Amino acid sequence: MLEEILVTARSNPHVDPVMHVWGWEISVYLFMGGLSAGIMFFSALMLLMKKDRETPFAVNGLALPGLVVLSLGMTTLFMDLSHKLFVWRFYTTFEPTSPMSWGAWILVLFYPVAILQVLSTFRKGYPFLAGLVESLPLVGRLFDLTERYRRLIAWLAIPIAVGLGIYTGILLSAFSARPFWNTGLLGPLFLVSGLSTGAALTALIARQHTEKRLFTLIDAGLIVAELLIVALLLINLATGSRPQLEAASMLLGGSYTGWFWGVFITLGLLIPLLLEYFEIRGALRNLAMLAPVLVLVGGYVLRVIAVDLGQETTWINYESEFNTQLLERLH
Amino acid sequence: MARYAMVIDTLLCIGCGDCVVACKTENKVPEGLNRDWVVEATRGTYPNLTTEFRSERCNHCSHATCVYMCPTGASHHWQDTNIVLVDPNKCTGCKACIAACPYDARLVMHPGGYIDKCTFCHHRVEKGLNPACVSTCPTHCMYFGLLDDPSSEVSELLRTRNYKVLAPETGNQPNVYYLT
Amino acid sequence: MNRREFIKLSSLLGAGAAVSPLLLTGCSAHPLPGSGQVSRTPTFCDMCFWKCAGFVYREDGEPWKIHGNDNDLHSEGRLCTRGTAGLGNYEDPDRLQKPLLRVTGADGRQTFREASWDEALDFITGRMKSIAENHGADRFAMLNHGYGAHHFSHLMRAWGSGSRAEPAFAQCRGPRDVGFKLTFGEGLGSPERTDMEHSRCIVLIGSHIGENLHNGQVQTLANAWRRNATVITVDPRFSVPAGKSKYWLPIKPGTDLALLLAWMHVLIDEGLYDRDYVQRHATGFEQLKEHVARYSPEWVYLETGIQPELIRTTAREMAASAPATLIHPGRHTVWYGDDTQRSRAIAILNALLGSWGRKGGLYIQEKVRLPKFPLPAYPKPKSDFRAAHGARYPFAYKGVSNAIIEASIGEDAHYKGLLVYGTNLPMTIPGIRPQLKAAMDSLELVVVVDTMPSEITGYADVVLPECTYLERYDNLRNSGERHPSLALRMPVFEPRHESKPGWWIARELGHRLGLQKYFPWKDYSEVLDWQLKQVGSSLQEMQKIGVKNFPRTRPRYFVDGQPVQFRTPSGRIELYSQQLADQGFDPMPEYTRPQQPPQGYYHLNYGRMPAHTFGKTTNNALLFQLAPENTLWVNPLVASAQGIENGEYVRLANPDGIISNRIRVRVTERIRPDSVFMAHGFGHRSRRLRLTHDVGADDSELMTNVKVDPIMGGTGMRGNFVTIVRETA
Repeated sequence: MLEEILVTARSNPHVDPVMHVWGWEISVYLFMGGLSAGIMFFSALMLLMKKDRETPFAVNGLALPGLVVLSLGMTTLFMDLSHKLFVWRFYTTFEPTSPMSWGAWILVLFYPVAILQVLSTFRKGYPFLAGLVESLPLVGRLFDLTERYRRLIAWLAIPIAVGLGIYTGILLSAFSARPFWNTGLLGPLFLVSGLSTGAALTALIARQHTEKRLFTLIDAGLIVAELLIVALLLINLATGSRPQLEAASMLLGGSYTGWFWGVFITLGLLIPLLLEYFEIRGALRNLAMLAPVLVLVGGYVLRVIAVDLGQETTWINYESEFNTQLLERLH
Repeated sequence: MARYAMVIDTLLCIGCGDCVVACKTENKVPEGLNRDWVVEATRGTYPNLTTEFRSERCNHCSHATCVYMCPTGASHHWQDTNIVLVDPNKCTGCKACIAACPYDARLVMHPGGYIDKCTFCHHRVEKGLNPACVSTCPTHCMYFGLLDDPSSEVSELLRTRNYKVLAPETGNQPNVYYLT
Repeated sequence: MNRREFIKLSSLLGAGAAVSPLLLTGCSAHPLPGSGQVSRTPTFCDMCFWKCAGFVYREDGEPWKIHGNDNDLHSEGRLCTRGTAGLGNYEDPDRLQKPLLRVTGADGRQTFREASWDEALDFITGRMKSIAENHGADRFAMLNHGYGAHHFSHLMRAWGSGSRAEPAFAQCRGPRDVGFKLTFGEGLGSPERTDMEHSRCIVLIGSHIGENLHNGQVQTLANAWRRNATVITVDPRFSVPAGKSKYWLPIKPGTDLALLLAWMHVLIDEGLYDRDYVQRHATGFEQLKEHVARYSPEWVYLETGIQPELIRTTAREMAASAPATLIHPGRHTVWYGDDTQRSRAIAILNALLGSWGRKGGLYIQEKVRLPKFPLPAYPKPKSDFRAAHGARYPFAYKGVSNAIIEASIGEDAHYKGLLVYGTNLPMTIPGIRPQLKAAMDSLELVVVVDTMPSEITGYADVVLPECTYLERYDNLRNSGERHPSLALRMPVFEPRHESKPGWWIARELGHRLGLQKYFPWKDYSEVLDWQLKQVGSSLQEMQKIGVKNFPRTRPRYFVDGQPVQFRTPSGRIELYSQQLADQGFDPMPEYTRPQQPPQGYYHLNYGRMPAHTFGKTTNNALLFQLAPENTLWVNPLVASAQGIENGEYVRLANPDGIISNRIRVRVTERIRPDSVFMAHGFGHRSRRLRLTHDVGADDSELMTNVKVDPIMGGTGMRGNFVTIVRETA
């Protein structure tokens, strides 16, 4: 028997008794980041594929919600910072070994491209709003200019969107200290999940039936891909080192089992896949809203599980001899 | 890189926690936070037992993942040594370094919002003094010095005694050694 | 580390500072510790009785840290956990702030109200005078702990009271010192005269050095480990030193005396004892030889559970290293009521090994011959502490604290007034709460002098807030040591709130009692300066250096061939004690089998944790952060049999129906399945101790089965049993 315990009380905030430095803010950020990457990707892709007629919303309307979603994610990311006045420090350096530094700079690229995307499609996507703002000086010329280069902008947007989608996964997987995160599969998983939620959002908002159907089809494909990656991830964990096995057991028969199997896999992937299958076959039309909503919920739950469980998996973990809640008496 | 090591003799450590109090007072660590702590590991069944005490803290890794993960350069190696410090004026409080530490809780949140940690008492080291914990330990079970100097006490101990480091499999190349 | 290693780095520092980003950004500065104006003031510690000397550092006037004084023999420049946390006592927000007087409100409820010093002191001296007039000044007794008590024992003696007692005698060291006095004519002192820095073999029997942080003992024992000395630890529990010892003897609780007798048996039987030393210095060897003949390792195995071969091997180890073998006398020795006899056995074993007065055994301590400040002689008190226990306890050479409390109960009680200084009696004396309450109801005056609102203050008529050791002068420290040595305690800070130094309180009381001639000083520093000047130093010098060491004037060990005069009636080491025989006690230690726990009960083992000095430090924020509670150690077999989980809170019940406060379970292999263990000092009831109030269980309240040592009145605490009560909620 091994009894390994802390014999001096330790109750460092956010790290004891289990690590929880990142909460919902980071889960939301990762979800929103992935979603906006998916949105930007499809918006640009459909434009480049000249699907203006088949997918008018994706081509012209999608960029604006993408920008909004990303801004929401950026807001929660900022909310998570505990030394906020120093946020500008991200941009006084570039740290090549830090994925977060890469992320900070990718966002610098993403934002202007996303804005250009919005501008270049705004008149067609939101004619009423465009009419309102066009009376302002220069706005009309801005629309003219960006519309002229809309294909170029879309070409730029594709790699940046893919980069952002993968980045949200790599951000976590680069942490060798967190065995659950430390797998190359997290990047692809987050990318596919981001694309899937992007497709689902499009299917949800688009009005034209053909567009809904196309994105439902795309989403179903992405869900199948996501399931495959999840399977690989589980195999990877279950055959890994001790801390990875512990992570696997938390998923397969531990504190995260319900959320993982019940919510993420079943509600977030399998049921929507089934619904989408029927939808493509032309059945269950009145449930059309349900599948994309479930996919979005599943996408968020995936981020929550990844962020929370990943922090808990660790190389070293001690129980405390003392009830550290007593230390609250100090305050 | 000049490599400072802390060597702790688990055969002498009694787990008294003096190192923890010395750290708190020397460094004015805010109430409720710990930069160091003591672990007791008991193996076996009564009466065939062994107990080991370890005073633990930041390992000031040569391959410090917390430094690599820091997006702003706030986490850094001090003056081309392995001593890992955080510059509060560069720290955004993103907490990536906390998550990046395989030793869990190597870094702690300062109430001011930035990340705080064991500094190996570099303010003492630069004056030629040992870290507060080392110079306070009543059993003299802690040693500190330069590994690059083959005649230093720490080099000598690592040459002549059995030792281990915590979780070497993480690849972080920790610099706190435990004599066993 | 080596100073030379840093030169290169230090020279780099200037360059590093020049490119500091602070200038570029206007960010706030985070100054490094010690970069401000640093000053230091000497003191010696009051966190426990070891009294290590150190320096208190301030930075920019603010309290910073305490570090040991390198010239100090008690600490060798290193304070322990508690000493390092001393500032926590000074800064404790729960400290007593103003004198308190007990008042009865209109609703009949008694409360304290704050009073001025004048009012509180006048009240006390008024009552003291009335007790003296009606009964005699000797009817006012004092119970105390801690170095600051000097000022008050001076007051008591000047007033004509001869009744003082500290729980350190009858609740702690008494049996040991009596046992050694009976054998060698001398006690062991504090710090003890153990020469562990030179021992080649050390036997710890029920002494868990390292869990107690008796600084010098910890350091010398650690050095013994470092030197690969043979350490033999006898303990039912896998204590910290047990884990580092060459031999651990997991003895059945309460059978230590049998083992000691078996060791004597082996030493004598195998001719391993120091024949020459015994012949030269001891008396009664033949009686002893005959006496221990029946304590064979085989017989003793049945009692102790220690294999005969292991008993023999360890005895041979002791003999092989003798006389550099120390059978450690321990410190807290009130266990089973036969404790003087067990301590005698330890003393005798040391004598057989020739350890007393020898290098690596028990050395000869020396103090500074420090003249007393010239004062008139004290009046002879009409009675002294012996009035409390009468003919009982003939070898109690110091006051028996519990006897004084018992002699304070009732209309016709001997004592009419009590001054309690620095000792929290309800948690110090086993099972004393009912008697204490009865005594407090009978006494005409109860004064408590303390720094903290501990439980005992709740029994007082008047509570006087003393300032902490960091805010006052006390007597010079002059303990017997390896070399004569003096240490100074002086104020580092102004007393906080309205607290006052003990010397000031004693002087004010003395003046009000008409004892001006005993308190001729304005400030106690005058006394210290006068004394220091008699030995070639001065207060001014000591305020800088804190500790002054003097050369020895006589050898530290016996000199070969020179005769030794022991301070016993025979002038020799008394293996056979005629003194004990004359009083009707066993002249040589006899083993009696301890009582076994009833079905479903466990031995209540208790001890120390290094972070705390009993209940005295549990409210210190620095130490509370380190160890906020005590835990109940339970063997996994017990845990599974009782269905208890690690980390769960339970209560303990004793056979007399006393139920403890909640305590957190630690399931560990380090404890026997027939015992439970907890650290002493928790379970405070005083709500004014905001950190430690209601945390953990108090072992002393569960000790209703006290085994009194008839030789000296010690209150044996280890014959208590408890059962575990699960919380149903």
